[in-house]
Amino acid sequence: MCLGIPGRIVQLSHEAGLPMGVVDFGGVRREVCLAYVADEIDVGDYAIIHVGFAISKVDEEEARRTYAVLREMGELEELEWIREAADAAESVDVPSQAPPRPDGTGGLGEARG
Amino acid sequence: MTTLTSGPVCPAPRGVYDRIQLGHGSGGKMSAQLLRDHFLPRFGNPHLDALGDGAVVPVSGGEVVLSTDTFVVHPLEFPGGNIGHLAVHGTVNDLAMMGATPRFLSAGFVLEEGLPIEQLARILDAMQEAAADCGVHVVTGDTKVVDRGKADGLFVNTTGLGLLVDGFRPQPKGARPGDAVLVSGPLARHGMAVMAVREGFAFESEITSDTVNLAPLVGALRDELGASVHVLRDATRGGLASALNEIAAASGVGVELQDHRIPVPGPVEAACEMLGLDPLYVANEGVLVAFVDGAVARDAVQILRSFPQGAEAAEIGGVVADHRGMVILRTGVGGTRVVDMLPGDQLPRIC
Amino acid sequence: MKYLAEYRDPALARALVDRIGGTATRRWTLMEVCGGQTHTIVKQGINEVLAEAVEMIHGPGCPVCVTPLEQIDRALHLAARPDVIFTSFGDMLRVPGSECDLFQVKSRGGNVRIVYSPLDAVDLARDNPDKEVVFFAVGFETTAPANAMAVWRARELGVTNFSVLVSHVTVPPAMVAILEAPDNRVQGFLAAGHVCTVMGWTEYDPLASRYRVPIVVTGFEPLDILEGIWMAVKQLEEGRHEVENQYVRSVRRDGNRPAQELVRRVFQVVDRGWRGIGVIPESGLGLREEFRAFDAERKFELDAIRADEPAECMAGDVLRGRIKPFQCPAFGVTCTPESPLGAPMVSSEGACAAYHRFGRLNRAAAGG
Repeated sequence: MCLGIPGRIVQLSHEAGLPMGVVDFGGVRREVCLAYVADEIDVGDYAIIHVGFAISKVDEEEARRTYAVLREMGELEELEWIREAADAAESVDVPSQAPPRPDGTGGLGEARG
Repeated sequence: MTTLTSGPVCPAPRGVYDRIQLGHGSGGKMSAQLLRDHFLPRFGNPHLDALGDGAVVPVSGGEVVLSTDTFVVHPLEFPGGNIGHLAVHGTVNDLAMMGATPRFLSAGFVLEEGLPIEQLARILDAMQEAAADCGVHVVTGDTKVVDRGKADGLFVNTTGLGLLVDGFRPQPKGARPGDAVLVSGPLARHGMAVMAVREGFAFESEITSDTVNLAPLVGALRDELGASVHVLRDATRGGLASALNEIAAASGVGVELQDHRIPVPGPVEAACEMLGLDPLYVANEGVLVAFVDGAVARDAVQILRSFPQGAEAAEIGGVVADHRGMVILRTGVGGTRVVDMLPGDQLPRIC
Repeated sequence: MKYLAEYRDPALARALVDRIGGTATRRWTLMEVCGGQTHTIVKQGINEVLAEAVEMIHGPGCPVCVTPLEQIDRALHLAARPDVIFTSFGDMLRVPGSECDLFQVKSRGGNVRIVYSPLDAVDLARDNPDKEVVFFAVGFETTAPANAMAVWRARELGVTNFSVLVSHVTVPPAMVAILEAPDNRVQGFLAAGHVCTVMGWTEYDPLASRYRVPIVVTGFEPLDILEGIWMAVKQLEEGRHEVENQYVRSVRRDGNRPAQELVRRVFQVVDRGWRGIGVIPESGLGLREEFRAFDAERKFELDAIRADEPAECMAGDVLRGRIKPFQCPAFGVTCTPESPLGAPMVSSEGACAAYHRFGRLNRAAAGG
C-alpha cells in the first residue's frame, strides 16, 4: 500500500505524548504523526507521509546523488542520439531522415536548444 | 401602559430572530418580514419589488435561453466564497456558454430550520455582489423552510434567462476535427478549496474557490471570433474530464490532450497528491472550456488572457477524427491513456 | 513539490526508456506487486512505451482488491448497524460485497465516513461516545504502523468505543505463491517502495537467491518505475539475481525499526485469504489477543458471515498475472466500473479498472 508523498516538516508538537507535526506539501499543510521518525527528524527536513504518518525521512543526499546520475544519463542519451543522427547523415548521398526520437521529434535540421 | 400580571401569555411572534424558524416559510407575517428585511434590500428592482407571482421582463424578437441549476454545496462557506456566489455565477455562466447575454435570474430557497440569519445574510450579500458584477437582476423568487435536519442549512435554485445574439450558437455537438481545445484557467481549485474545509480531510492551504463570472470572456470570444467558436462549456461537477467526454460523445469526435499543457496550480496539485485525487475530475467553478477552429487558437488564448479570470488560459489539446467519443491524454513519458468518465464521485485513494 | 516533480521529468523519462530499450536484447517479463506502481505504469502508459523490451504483469498489489469477499460482507454488516459509525479509506467504498457495497449501505442510512488517517477514526470515537466507531484496517505492511498506532492510542486514551476490522496482508508470501505456481512467467520483480520503507528489504534476499529472480525496490513516480525496470533488466541481461534498491531516498536496508516494533506489539502473523487466490499461510496480520477489545471481529458477532466469490469474476487469474484483464470474458461487458463483479474493477489501483480507464486504447502494448 503505497500512497506516500514527500512533505517538509514546518512545525513540531506533541499531542498527549504523541509526537506530531505540521507538514507542508508544496503549499498545502496538514498535521501528521511523527512518532515513527521522531528521533531523526527536525524542522526543515523532508519525510514521506502515508495516511497521516511519517514513515521515513527523505535522504536528501542520496536523492541528489542518484538524481545527478539520472541527469547525466539523460545527457548521454542525448549525445548518443546526436551521434546517431550524424552517422546516418554521413552514410548516404541523398538527404535522409535521422532516426526519430520516441517522442516523435527528430529529423535533420531540427535545432535542439 | 397596563401590565398584565396574570392570564394567557401573548402567542404573537416576537420581532427579532437570530435563526430561521418554520414560520419564515409559511407565507405569513414572518415570511413577509424576512423578505422585507433581507431579500428586497439586496435584490430590489422594479420587477422584484412588485412582488407579483411572477416577473414580466422585456425581450426583443428572437430566441431566449433558459438555464437552471440547484446548489447544495456543503459546507455553505468555503475559502474564496459561499453558496451564494456559486448560485449566481453558476447560472450566469451556463447562459453564457450557450452564447446568451445573461439578464434575469429567479432564486428559490429551501432553508433549514435553525439556519443562523447572519449566515443567510452573508450568502445573500454574496448573491447581491455577484449579481451586480454580472449585470443581472434577481426578478422573482421563493422561500420555503423545512424541519431541522431536512436540508444542509440551505439549498438554492437559480434559473436564468439570457438573450441570444444573432448567429452565435456554440453547442456540444459543434466540435470538428482540427479544432483546438482551450481552458480559461487552472483546474481543480474549487473542489480542493471545499475539500480543505470538509470534516475528515481538513488541511490548511491558500487554495480558494475560482467561482467567477465568465460571461465577459464569452462576450469577447463571440465579438472577435464569432462562428469560429464551436463549443463552450463551463467545467463544473466531474471536472474537465467529464465536460470533455460529454462533448466528444455529443460531437462524435476524439479529443487528444497534452499532459504538460494542462494548468494545475502547485498547491492544488499538492492537495490532490495528498488525497490521491486526479485534478482532471475535480470540480471547477470558474473555468471554461472552448473548442475553436484551429486557425484561431492563438487569438482565442490571447483574448481569454486579456481578462483577470482568464490570465492563465492555455491550449491543452485538439480534436481528431480517431477514437471517436473518447478523450485521450499523451503523457510525459510518451505513452497514452484514456481519460474516461467516472461512474460516480472520485474517491480519495490511499494506494 | 520537492522530491516529487523532479521524478516526472519527461526528458529524463524518455532517456530511461531509450536506455531500457538499448539494454534489453530480448523481451523480459516483470511483475510489480504494488497498486500505486500499477497506477503509475498504466496512467503514464509506461507499459505501452516499453512494449518491445518488457512485459509488465500486474501482481496482487492492491490490498483493496485482495480483501476477501467475506471481509467485505462483514464490513457491510457492521456499517448497516444503527449504533455504528463505519470508517474507511476512500477506495473501499465501491468494492462490491455479495449483495451491495458501502455506498449503497450509506444511501440506506448507514453511517459510513471516509477518513484520511486511522487516527481520525479514533478522534471520531472520542467525539461520539454513544456510538461504536469501527475502522476498516485494510492494507499491506505500509499501513500497518498507522493502524497499530490507532489501536495503541485508543487503548492509551481509554477509548473503548473504537475497534478495527482487520484485513492486513503482507507481500513476501504472495510473491512466493506466484513464484511457486507451475505456470509462472515472472522473471523479475519491482518491490513496493513504501512497504520496504517500513520493512526494509532483508526479507527479499532469500527469495532472490532461492528463486533466482532480481528484485528491485522501486518508488512510484515515472522516473522511479523506469529506473527500477532498467535495473531489473540489467540484472537479467547480466544473469544476476539480487535485491537492489532504486528508492534510496526513502528506503533503508533495515526499514523503519520503531514502526516494525509497534506493529509487532499490536499485530501477529496469521493466515489470510486473498480474494481470488485463496488462503496463503502466514500472509496476513491480525490483532494480538491482548488487544481483543479492539478487534471488531470479536466485539461484534461476525463469524456467521461467510461468502463465496461469483464464478464469473476471474479476479484471481488477473491478480496472479495469468490473464490480462481484457482476456476475461466479463471485462467491459458484464463487469464495468459502473457495475463491477470483482474488486479489481472497482479500486482505482485494480488492474481491471486501470485497463478499463486507461488502457483501452492500446491492447497490443499490453502484450495481448
